[in-house]
Amino acid sequence: MFSKRKITVVCLAVSIALFAEGCKKKVPAPPPPPPPAPAPAAAPATPAAPTVAQFTAEPSTIQRGQSATLRWEIGGEVTSASINSGIGTVRSTGSQQVTPTSSTTYTLTATGPGGTVTSLATVSVATPPPPASAPPSAPMTSRGTITDRLSSDIQDAYFDYDKSDVRGDARDALTRDAAALKAILADFPNAVIMVEGHCDERGSAEYNLGLGDRRASSAKDFLVSVGVPADRLKTISYGKERPQCTDANESCWQKNRRAHFAPGQ
Amino acid sequence: MNRIVWITGAAAATLAVLAAQTDFHGVIVGNGALPALAVPDFRGDGQSQSFMTVFNQTLWSDLNGAGIFKMVPKGSYPLTVPQQLSDFKVPPPVQNTPVRRNQSPPPPPTGGGLWISDWSGAPTQANYVTVGYAAAQTPKATGNSLFVLRGWLVDLSIPDPANAGALAKTYIESLDEAGARKAAHEFASDILERFGAKSLFGTHIYFVRRTGTLKAPVAEIWVMDPDGKNQRQITHFNAVSDFPAASPDGSKIAFTSWVHGNPGIFVFSVDPVRDLRFYNQRGASVMASPSFTPDGKQIVFMSSVSGCCGIFIANVDGSNVHSITAARSIDSEPKVNPKTGSEIAFSSGRSGPEQIYRMNIDGTDVERLSDGTGEASNPSWHPDGQFLAYAWTRGYMAGAFNIFVMNVARRDYLQLTHGEGKNENPSWAPDGKHIVFMSDRTGRPQIWSMLADGTQQQQLTSEGSSLHPVWGK
Repeated sequence: MFSKRKITVVCLAVSIALFAEGCKKKVPAPPPPPPPAPAPAAAPATPAAPTVAQFTAEPSTIQRGQSATLRWEIGGEVTSASINSGIGTVRSTGSQQVTPTSSTTYTLTATGPGGTVTSLATVSVATPPPPASAPPSAPMTSRGTITDRLSSDIQDAYFDYDKSDVRGDARDALTRDAAALKAILADFPNAVIMVEGHCDERGSAEYNLGLGDRRASSAKDFLVSVGVPADRLKTISYGKERPQCTDANESCWQKNRRAHFAPGQ
Repeated sequence: MNRIVWITGAAAATLAVLAAQTDFHGVIVGNGALPALAVPDFRGDGQSQSFMTVFNQTLWSDLNGAGIFKMVPKGSYPLTVPQQLSDFKVPPPVQNTPVRRNQSPPPPPTGGGLWISDWSGAPTQANYVTVGYAAAQTPKATGNSLFVLRGWLVDLSIPDPANAGALAKTYIESLDEAGARKAAHEFASDILERFGAKSLFGTHIYFVRRTGTLKAPVAEIWVMDPDGKNQRQITHFNAVSDFPAASPDGSKIAFTSWVHGNPGIFVFSVDPVRDLRFYNQRGASVMASPSFTPDGKQIVFMSSVSGCCGIFIANVDGSNVHSITAARSIDSEPKVNPKTGSEIAFSSGRSGPEQIYRMNIDGTDVERLSDGTGEASNPSWHPDGQFLAYAWTRGYMAGAFNIFVMNVARRDYLQLTHGEGKNENPSWAPDGKHIVFMSDRTGRPQIWSMLADGTQQQQLTSEGSSLHPVWGK
């Protein structure tokens, strides 16, 4: 049977409970705002013009196609700084790699409240000796980086579902790719190309990891058979980890069943 | 509440049907009528009350999820809920009052919830009830606030309340949500033990969480509690890592990562998290899909050492590599039988689309276990080594997997999911009664758990994309 005391205790517990429930839903007060940033030091009454502590080109003489590094350091208060010859606005301290095709004198201009100063640095470009053999190929700078070249000149090779053999259209694509790859590898003599194997989303991820490896290997083997140097091609399988698209239909799956080419490390 | 009634009813019906067809339930889920358990909400005093919702949900979820009780829905409980064993009263002796003619007999007497018969009789009809309360206490010695829970399990078949206490215990935890959850897990664990079952509290589910973009995907290894709580990130490679496996003693995980370029195997200790340095074979474009032998001393894995891909075995540091299968086709997902240690289940494309095979650990006596239809993958051994959970496309189109369980000796099988999205990557819990798996039924891959008869499917993760769960100690 209920004692009076017990009922009181239960009522108390319930009211405390309700009260506690109310407390729980209360949103905690936001943390105090961060203290204001310290006020900038008062500007000197008569500001001095900035000074150029350093502006050098290293090395100061290069062969055509090589790079030199410009380094600069500007002292005093600077509102803007720039270097001509296509470099543009720069920070008060920094460095920049340049590849001039002919001897160039760079002008560093620094402006502050106290005035403007300039400083000069020259990079002399020597004409390289002609190559011992082979006609000079088109300068690679005009054709872009290896990544640009791979994406503009090389096509992916596509595969059938659960297959890793090179089918007819992939054979044609890889034959064209082989010619382009040879040119790219000649232009980038130190580069290695990664042949990536990819799969669609069906099947276990582990199995597809194996299937991707087989696709990359058969694409590589085909390229080697038509004269691409084997030691310049490496393979990697991404299985179904890096799809091109994620729709569940055949046109998407076909896009994902592919060998793709990327610059290697 | 309706959902719970429905699930309980469906589970009982499924059990009855399947018990007649196969012996899965005798071994995996248990036989016979389940005891009916009433679990009314506990209350707490002072500050502890704010954690009682979490406590009550956790307690219900653990007891319900164990699959060994018929949970009595809360709507059918008496109005007054005792808070301790001594609140139960003995009904007064029945007095024979003469019934006058033309008057219906008086309703049967009740104690409003304070009599044992209020819980064992209609409409509650429970065999057991849990009662208890929580209090917030702050001992002067330490000054730390505590969540103190007193809990009883009451056996309703014993009419005298003084003798009906099947379990009485006090749990002292920190006064916060984690403490309330822990008290509930521990109370549930003690109740399960009283019925000869094992709590999964304290075990860990490792999984992969995917973030990043399509072009630059990131996948890291994570770990969480069996109820999806307490999710923590283990790897911070900012690369794709996948296929975790847990060591039998729970101290290590092995997984595959693309962090150094080609997929390679990593072995980490989990507490503290440390890279134990697995030596990957130079020049192998694939070193992947590792799992541990039952003694935890070796790793089986897939590799392209001699073409892609064969099954290999090595020490946990990557030394002493031996080939088990030749790479005539793609062999992957090797899993050593945890009971015998002498056979390996694996998936292979050797007969066409991927199927599940077994072989001796030296590579002899290869046999296909799945029947050759559709695609079958992701084998996971039951702790007793007699059953495999796996993903199979039977009855659905290519890539549309569901979870199945196979009796390896008899080759008969049981379908646990039925086309609710794709269901893959099953992994047995250490209790041999639960399975964790990936399902994309909500639109994205997430981790789910269920009982091994397919009931009580429960979503554990909801952030990003989560997949490849593996249930470790």
